[in-house]
Amino acid sequence: MAEASYPDDLKYHPEHDWARIDGDEAVFGVTWYAQDALGEVVFFDPPEVGAQVKKDESYAEVESVKAVSDVFAPLSGEIIEVNDALADSPEKVNEDPYGEGWMVKVKLSDPSEVDGLLDLEAYKALLS
Amino acid sequence: MPVQYDGIRQEHVAVRTAAGMFDVSHMGEIETSGPDAEAFLQRILSNDVTRIAERGAQYSVLCREDGGVLDDLFSYRLGSDRFLTVTNAANHDKDLDWFRRQASGFDVEVKDAHADWAMLAVQGPGARAALGRLADGELPARMRTAELLLAGAQALVCGTGYTGEDGCELMLPPDAAGAVWDALEAEGVKPAGLGARDTLRLEVCFHLYGNDLSEDRNPIEAGLGWCCKLDTGFIGSDALREVEPAEALVPFAFTGPGIPRQDNPIRTEHGDGVVTSGSLSPCLGTGIGMGYVPLSASEPGTTIEIDVRGKARAAEVREKPLYAKE
Repeated sequence: MAEASYPDDLKYHPEHDWARIDGDEAVFGVTWYAQDALGEVVFFDPPEVGAQVKKDESYAEVESVKAVSDVFAPLSGEIIEVNDALADSPEKVNEDPYGEGWMVKVKLSDPSEVDGLLDLEAYKALLS
Repeated sequence: MPVQYDGIRQEHVAVRTAAGMFDVSHMGEIETSGPDAEAFLQRILSNDVTRIAERGAQYSVLCREDGGVLDDLFSYRLGSDRFLTVTNAANHDKDLDWFRRQASGFDVEVKDAHADWAMLAVQGPGARAALGRLADGELPARMRTAELLLAGAQALVCGTGYTGEDGCELMLPPDAAGAVWDALEAEGVKPAGLGARDTLRLEVCFHLYGNDLSEDRNPIEAGLGWCCKLDTGFIGSDALREVEPAEALVPFAFTGPGIPRQDNPIRTEHGDGVVTSGSLSPCLGTGIGMGYVPLSASEPGTTIEIDVRGKARAAEVREKPLYAKE
């Protein structure tokens, strides 16, 4: 996607990750800023379903032609679903970072961690 | 030169299917002239310099006494006793120092010509057509040079490159290079960056100094024995004569997912090795690379394993080049 965009229904992590929270579950992905900085994503190495992720720690890797980058978990929990479509179409991370480019769905172990994330205004302030 | 303009893959594909250009002005130049210029270069360069015809070009390595590789170089014979040698940017000062130290006893002038030249590499199946529309005469054949007016600029045009595609490298006065770049862009030649330069050269298995070549590696193990003419008596030739290679630099491709990167360990049935260059191949769509492996694991078809940050990835030793035009 050519134009920067940051939906207001998401919570943001300063490492340029987002979480779409639904009760005690959340979907994670990377922000427009992150995918733009990465360049064309050519490989996504997903974690296993069932794996534990910890807030602020790397849970996956994305690769451009030139470089490898860690993807950080905005919240802690257990992975209950991964976006298998990214194996064949990693470019979805660039084209639709908040939609088809989602990465994992997590059962949150401590939903109160959400309070530590940034809302849209705070994340935009970080970018500016 | 930036890593990319529009994207590594688009730039890579432009060079493979049409034409792209790289600003490689960071590369260094050394001009060697004088009555002993040929004899001097024959002493320090690994290839047979006497076989470079006037207006010809030749690839060689520069070796230490012990055979370690100081740099890999293209040399152009501009006149019977005048040569221009293109160095890797990071090695330029070291090379220049080496040239000057070895020059004693030879009637030659060794001149740092880095500031005299900007350098543009114009590469791809459409490169010559675009260049031809801007040039006042016939472009040089492969491995030849010609002095031409190009978009009004005096250019030394060389039929060489680093992509596996046809094309030319242009040596230009620095203050004229911008206008030539703009004229080429107007002819449809796409600006390309360091990222595409690296993936293009890796697909055709051209060495990158600092990755695949170093002072700790000799040219025999690096697969560059073909440009080491031991009978010319160049510095390092005595050591290379004694080399019994234990390892070989091989190209490989992944047979499953993943992308190899420099310094990833290689596991083989015959011992371990190391990746010296790795990337995704935009043309093949798989991870590819080059690395040093034990000689007994260097046959094309050998199954190997690359340890990519803790994950074992399946790969296979391949023939050069990894990518060949159909």
